Amino acid sequence: MDNWTFGITMIVVGMGGTLLTLWILSLLMSFMKRIFPMTKEEK
Amino acid sequence: MLEAIGSGLYGLVAGFLNMHWSNPIMIVIGMILLYLGIKKDIEPVLLVPIGFGCILVNIPLAGLMEQDGFLRIIYEAGIITELFPLFIFVGIGAMTDFGPLLENPKIFLLGAAGQFGIFLTLALALALGFTKLEAVSIGIIGACDGPTAIYVTSQYAPHLLGAVSVAAYCYMSLVPIIQPPIMRALTTQEEKVINMGVVKKSVSKTTKLLFPLVVTILGGLIAPKGLPLLGTIMLGNFMKECGVVARLTKASENEIANIVTLLLGISIGATMDGKVFLTPQTLIILGLGFLAICLDTACGILFGKILKVVTGGKVNPLIGAAGISAYPMSARVVQKEGQKYDKKNYLLMHAMGANTGGQVGSVMAAAVMLSVLKGMGVI
Repeated sequence: MDNWTFGITMIVVGMGGTLLTLWILSLLMSFMKRIFPMTKEEK
Repeated sequence: MLEAIGSGLYGLVAGFLNMHWSNPIMIVIGMILLYLGIKKDIEPVLLVPIGFGCILVNIPLAGLMEQDGFLRIIYEAGIITELFPLFIFVGIGAMTDFGPLLENPKIFLLGAAGQFGIFLTLALALALGFTKLEAVSIGIIGACDGPTAIYVTSQYAPHLLGAVSVAAYCYMSLVPIIQPPIMRALTTQEEKVINMGVVKKSVSKTTKLLFPLVVTILGGLIAPKGLPLLGTIMLGNFMKECGVVARLTKASENEIANIVTLLLGISIGATMDGKVFLTPQTLIILGLGFLAICLDTACGILFGKILKVVTGGKVNPLIGAAGISAYPMSARVVQKEGQKYDKKNYLLMHAMGANTGGQVGSVMAAAVMLSVLKGMGVI
């Protein structure tokens, strides 16, 4: 694989993959906050 | 008899006679690192052992980095095996409170944007003629996270370890100088004074406990090559949040982290042999590392602007600068910068959220990068 293809692939898949993974994590954590709200004791 | 005396005397001056021209220069560089650590308070716990290690390895004939030399033994035990950065990660996980991030999970995205500099610098390093794996190791300076940079570089470009580590740790501590001009240049007056309000405590203990498990399992499945990094930082955090292994948590963030930091620092210093370190390549790496952190900051702020639009003006783009992983320094920089324009604007906890998002982001970016490399058959 030439450097040009490698560089572009890393930018697209690397940046995209990181963003996508953290977006999924943010959705999951928002979802979990709803499923497990603070208990009365914690409040 | 005279011959024996001559040989004996030669033994006493052999160190001077065998000095390579690069050794005195590196000894001075070692002293500069010590000075920066001691007098300027720039990451002293790392720069002091790195500086001293650098001096040690540049004294000829001692053989500290040769087979059976004590620095070689430490290097092979902890850097080649990648154990030292992983142990440090357990400590970092145990020290980090992801609460501010979980209060507002969408700022996770700022932690992703704060890593874009890694990939842009990687491409630039390729364009400058570095090999693929060297470019990966140089780009990872942009993770703004020493252990991640060491982990990746020691695996794929060990000959660059000294330069990459010094760049990563020095630039991390220079964040208060590097970031503010970029923050000022990329935000408008109106954006700088956006007040994000008070961070309400709304995250339950259960959510905090599940967070490290979710990140480990999901992150591990998406990017298995980075699981050692993700798994160790999340193990540390899980121990902290579960609250039943206080002894282990304390040991991870104190004794283990301290001992490993010492060994890590001295063995990084030991890679700074003048004959290997003093090359034009090192200067280029230092330049690219600086650029990586500038790009991270710029991408974080620009993404903050996007979030501002998406949320209807509720997000101050300045907190995007904290999306890099220099925790907690960049969050403090954001707070300080925000208060320059509105004394009543407290961005600290929001920036802490973005900053811890950046910590997860940097590890995730490295994990994604390694898995993409594996997928492409480069490693």
